[in-house]
Amino acid sequence: MDKHRDTLARLLTAHGGPGDESSVRRLIQEAFAPYIDDMTVDTLGNLIAFKRGEGDGRRPRVLLSAHMDEIALMVAKIEEGGFLRIEQTGGFDPRTLVGAEVLVHTATGSLIGIVGAKPPHLTPPEERKKAAPLADLFVDLGRSEDDVRQRVRIGDRITLSREVYQLRNDRFACKSLDNRTSVAIILETLEWLSKYRHTADIYAVASVQEEVGLRGAYTVVHGVEPDIAIAIDVTFGSFPGIAADEGFRLDGGPAISYGPNLHRKVFQGLVDTAEAHGIPYQIELSQSPVGADAAAFQIVSGGFASALVGIPIRYMHTSVETGSYRDIEKCARLLAHYILQLDMNKVEDLSCY
Amino acid sequence: MLLKRLSEALGPSGFEDEVRDIVRTELAGHVDGVETDVLGNVIAVKNGASEGPRVMLDAHMDEVGLMVVDIADGSTDGGLLKFRALGGIDPRVLVSKPVFIGKDRIPGVIGAKPIHLQSAEERSKPIPMDKLYIDIGAKDAEDARRVVKPGDVAMFATRFAEIGNGIIKGKSFDDRLGCALLVETLQSSSTPFPLYGAFTVQEEIGLRGARTAAHRIQPDIAIALEGTVCSDVPDVPSHGQATVMGKGPALTVQDAQTIADRRFLEFMLETAKKYDIPVQLRRVKGGSNDFGAIHRTRAGVIGGGISVPVRYIHAPSQLAALSDYEHAKRLVSAILQEIAQGGFWS
Repeated sequence: MDKHRDTLARLLTAHGGPGDESSVRRLIQEAFAPYIDDMTVDTLGNLIAFKRGEGDGRRPRVLLSAHMDEIALMVAKIEEGGFLRIEQTGGFDPRTLVGAEVLVHTATGSLIGIVGAKPPHLTPPEERKKAAPLADLFVDLGRSEDDVRQRVRIGDRITLSREVYQLRNDRFACKSLDNRTSVAIILETLEWLSKYRHTADIYAVASVQEEVGLRGAYTVVHGVEPDIAIAIDVTFGSFPGIAADEGFRLDGGPAISYGPNLHRKVFQGLVDTAEAHGIPYQIELSQSPVGADAAAFQIVSGGFASALVGIPIRYMHTSVETGSYRDIEKCARLLAHYILQLDMNKVEDLSCY
Repeated sequence: MLLKRLSEALGPSGFEDEVRDIVRTELAGHVDGVETDVLGNVIAVKNGASEGPRVMLDAHMDEVGLMVVDIADGSTDGGLLKFRALGGIDPRVLVSKPVFIGKDRIPGVIGAKPIHLQSAEERSKPIPMDKLYIDIGAKDAEDARRVVKPGDVAMFATRFAEIGNGIIKGKSFDDRLGCALLVETLQSSSTPFPLYGAFTVQEEIGLRGARTAAHRIQPDIAIALEGTVCSDVPDVPSHGQATVMGKGPALTVQDAQTIADRRFLEFMLETAKKYDIPVQLRRVKGGSNDFGAIHRTRAGVIGGGISVPVRYIHAPSQLAALSDYEHAKRLVSAILQEIAQGGFWS
């Protein structure tokens, strides 16, 4: 399965902020191609890959969705000296940006830059106790102002520059584990399904603009009209200071979400599948709509049965998001076995309360 | 490339071994002798037996780094590494940076609780160092102990590169730029007077190696070659910028440890003018370099500091202008030439 690890490494180091996912989408198209029957891209840019189930007549329609966008920044202003002021397209903690290397994606190529802040020796002790807001940070391209003005335009996208670090126990760190690890889960799920016979039709989706408000999720589920819409997205890895119900063990298996936003029978089907196949899993409880595509899936059109699974990662929304490939494999096994046991009876039962 | 190798080498204060090895390899065949002293300073000499002033050029090998001090063993932190700074590191630059631990380059990342789970109160403040850990992917403390132990040192995992308009990017330009300047000067220079090159240890924790190196060398003239603070960035008034990148090497007038000897400063300025080399004065009183220790050894030493401006000094990714580096090299060479011709000393 090493080929999928290599694909994941390419996905992690590819660049695609919300609304700018095309280069990531191309990589996913290549990776999905061997496993699917058809592929389309909708108006917003969602990639929808179709894998047909066996048999005639009405088959269960399952949508597996992983958003492919990453949190990004945008050039807001070019300052004297050629320094760039920046604005969010996604939710960065500005404190994690100071000293970071970034890439500014211009019309003529990507430029390396460093995120700077007012230097410590010029920051009064009182001010040093406060976090610098994004408005006080800047990107330094090491170029003259004239050169910068020729190359960079307001609105150019900025993403983190980070290589993949292989850590112990099959763990790895990079940017964009949120949510390219979930794309890898879909890929591994398709690999599993390619070895079995399944009746369900699979819609493997890489959605856009999740990080700015689940925007791709709304249109893609409207277009596909699945019986079951499963969002795959990362959750928080356990870490000192994180509440027990909000942090999940790395290598402890996928977190399956439970709460009003998620269909109870789909949730139970996933849990039963994990139990039946000896797949470790964790349960994530939510009391309000989840911060993932599943929040949209439930309420688009006439409503869809939604679920949310995903792997825990530490340091979410930083350039060193850390996860375990073993969780990716476990999550893929869970999804594959869940899909294999689906039939129309189970689908019809979803509306029976 | 020498700058790349020096920049990417591991060498927090007291653990300068990799830099020492690079320096000794580079100097082989170019100098008359290389010694190490009991602290680990590397001292090279050319033409040691000749007449004339004993000139000492200094660059420190150490960098600011981190030391692993504990391996956490709790239920949520098991296997995470507690660390402290070795030298002056602004805790605000640590979050979300990859590091390498030890000579085996065990990769790890410095992370904190994600923004989503921080309260508004927490978000408004920098994350203190005691809330940060190095994560090497260990599943528990026992697993971490297989590869890391308290006392192991770490550095930022920053790759050296040339970017922008003649700009280099990397870690530890303070003072690997000085080390490179000194290596290249020793490789190319030929002086009629004794020339000593001191590659010192432990500058970042109090100019410690330079004291003993200078005592041993007993120089008449000494110059510290440094990378120094450069803050020519937005929102910083001119007087606070210290130096400006691309305006040439910076000469120290006064810092936290030294008041420049006026006679030698004038000599350096005149030499720069004569050889048409751009220079600037370092316009900040804070900070220091090895000359602060050197000038107080024995009965006192005359000299000064020549520094390459470094933006984001002590941070993981720093920037410097190759033109400043080259001009610093030319200035050092011009000063040696002037002294050889009877300038300053006679």
